[in-house]
Amino acid sequence: MRFVENFPFITIVLSLFSAVICFALKDKRARFVSYSLLGAGILMSASVLVYNLTSETGYFVYRMGHYDAPIGNEIAAGVLEPFFVLLFEVMMLLSLLGGSYKIETDVEPSKHRLFCIMVNLTHAALTALCYTNDIFTAYVFVEICTIASCALLMARKRTRPLVAATRYMMFSLIGSSLLLVGIVLLYSVTGHLLFPQLYASIQALWTTGQYTLPLTVALGLIVSGLAIKSGLCPFHWWMRDTYATATPAASGILSGVISKAYIFLLIKIIGRVISREIYVQSGIHTVLLIFGVAGMMVGSLSAIQTHNLNFMLAYSSAAQIGYIYMGLGLGTDAALLASLFQMVAHALTKPMLFLSAMGLSDTVGKRQDFDALRGSAHWNPVAGIGYAAGALSMVGLPIFAGFIPKLLFSLSAFGHDWKTYVILVALAISTILNVVYFLRTMVNTYGPERVAMERRKITFRTARTFSVVVLIMALINLIVGLHAQPIISLFEKGIHIFTTIR
Amino acid sequence: MKKRNLSEKIRQWYEGELSFDEKIAEPVVHIPAGTHDQQPPETKTKIRIVHRLENTEIKISRVGYGVLSVVFCLIICSILISTALFLPGFADKEAPTANEVYEHYVGAGRDQTGAVNTVAGMILDYRAFDTLGESFVLFTATCAVLLLLEGHKAALNRAKSTFTYATDPIVGIAAKIVVPVILVFGVYVLFNGHLSPGGGFSGGAILGTGLILYAQAYGDERAARVIPAGAIRGITIAALSFYCLSKSYSFFTGNEFNGVHSVIGPGTPGDFLSGGLILPLNLAVGLVVCCTMYTFYMIFTRGRLD
Repeated sequence: MRFVENFPFITIVLSLFSAVICFALKDKRARFVSYSLLGAGILMSASVLVYNLTSETGYFVYRMGHYDAPIGNEIAAGVLEPFFVLLFEVMMLLSLLGGSYKIETDVEPSKHRLFCIMVNLTHAALTALCYTNDIFTAYVFVEICTIASCALLMARKRTRPLVAATRYMMFSLIGSSLLLVGIVLLYSVTGHLLFPQLYASIQALWTTGQYTLPLTVALGLIVSGLAIKSGLCPFHWWMRDTYATATPAASGILSGVISKAYIFLLIKIIGRVISREIYVQSGIHTVLLIFGVAGMMVGSLSAIQTHNLNFMLAYSSAAQIGYIYMGLGLGTDAALLASLFQMVAHALTKPMLFLSAMGLSDTVGKRQDFDALRGSAHWNPVAGIGYAAGALSMVGLPIFAGFIPKLLFSLSAFGHDWKTYVILVALAISTILNVVYFLRTMVNTYGPERVAMERRKITFRTARTFSVVVLIMALINLIVGLHAQPIISLFEKGIHIFTTIR
Repeated sequence: MKKRNLSEKIRQWYEGELSFDEKIAEPVVHIPAGTHDQQPPETKTKIRIVHRLENTEIKISRVGYGVLSVVFCLIICSILISTALFLPGFADKEAPTANEVYEHYVGAGRDQTGAVNTVAGMILDYRAFDTLGESFVLFTATCAVLLLLEGHKAALNRAKSTFTYATDPIVGIAAKIVVPVILVFGVYVLFNGHLSPGGGFSGGAILGTGLILYAQAYGDERAARVIPAGAIRGITIAALSFYCLSKSYSFFTGNEFNGVHSVIGPGTPGDFLSGGLILPLNLAVGLVVCCTMYTFYMIFTRGRLD
């Protein structure tokens, strides 16, 4: 049975290897290899998850080489790691399948192979970011993730995606360099790179009061680097063009998966390296809370002002990322649980919204302004259903996945002095704002048409893969919303492992 | 009265008539009647750009942005400098970095990894997973550049007017003498990476420089003929595949529960054939670095590899 412990490493190395193999293959075969590898990854992550859920400790460490920590590298898996890898892989595969017909037209035929390579590399990087137990390994795979995600963006041959990708690269590189400086500072005051040893050293330094300033600055830099990379307000201005101009599959992967991977790494670093107590004592959490709440407001207000569907979805991503950071800003287990669930809900919903928006705008000749999109749900019923389900989930209507984190956030908010009021008021205002912009577009897409133009009917038969994928996504969303308890107990177990087993 | 205004505004917003996007009033471009067709299409854009440049609001925000960014940079600089003042001193024996990890690397590294060059032992044996990631960073960058620029019109046009130094009495002759020396030195650094300073990254950079110098001196076209695109691709694929497979083997055998033990030993430190996988891995990393540099050069100047 212990053979299952090899799976995380096999997933990482196999995705890297298949990227190399795709370099030598023709388009169709490359696509086959990378999609089937994602499928294999899903199976392996699911087995690791089941293995850890049934094992006694629920946690294992895998040595990468012949040397124990702190001499060599290692990766580790509890319950949260394989769960998030599984989630990321499923959403990546669904986004790619759903958006595949668009990839064919958006990406130059000669470059489909390179697109597949980037998918493989992103997959490897995401898996490594989740499983890593070494802060420098995390940085290396953050680099791969940054370059690969930029490449996914600019795969669409137009001028605007290029500009958007450049802007994204700028922000992302600022984030990476802050992260690197943070890691360097942390190493020079602790002398370690692996999580367990870093944890012990930081605890010792914090209690003795030695190197408090460099330690605080290092932690601040690491947190802010990852926050910038995941698009926390006010560093979310790259999102609009980035998500709106890339090919929809890439937008889905970027907003639903890649930004979450950075946040997961941050949560892992907070839980396993910094430790909750020091994180709260250093006051970093309050800063995150303030920026998170600001992100919720700014994102939603910008979304209300725009008249373009994809821009609106991009701004709403900024708002949803704000929710996650608001949860991290409380620094309690209950709030962390809510943040984790928010990550799941957003990862499940955003790719579906981007795909549905693509389906809707295809009926009106790729236009994305609200005027043209009026009544488009009648021309592509499946996209209409997907969009409605996604919008209701983002708004936080019960029975959809988006409702659970809002409930958890408000429950976790009590007993924190002024923060209680801030969070409850922010949740209320933000929910109202969400309703304002999501329901407007949802009602619009089912309303009467206003603009006379040529429209194309897209039915279940004409776009079979797309329709099936969107319906599966909507179904998953519904199931998670209706049966949230198993996931909540899984997260509780995961958080317990995070904070107790070192 | 106010209430009606608000509901009217909400109605306008819902209908999409209320626009927030264009806050700057666009200039009205007056085109004399009859000359409409003669007006070049770029004039309108030009007037718009000039208008935007002269707009006071934009000017103020640009100055404000500049001032704020300078202030922000100064704050960050002061924080980082004050942090650096509190860090342990350079080569301080009491520093936290002088711990058991460092002692192990320096003390037992030679015997355990078989590499005389401790750095090679560290990056290709103790922390080989990171280096695997690093070499894939290069591969990712290569693919991203190919995705962006391969077959790009501007680069292809530039390639037509490439000038060569082949007949130049100084550059041509110097290149003829220097390129082979650089290449041989690169190969030496690669093969000796486990015995002396150097290794995959530095050796590969030297080899790449040699190839780029060749392409600079004799023209991209000749370089593309001498070094075929297929070879570059093949070498990259072979080197990275070897790295993946060999390290998978050592990761797999590194965990006892798998029941397989590695047959590769460190050998006698100092021998040419020693250091286990370090020598071939150095070679693989070096070839990846070299191919990456050469691909970058060719794609940036020529737009394609062949």
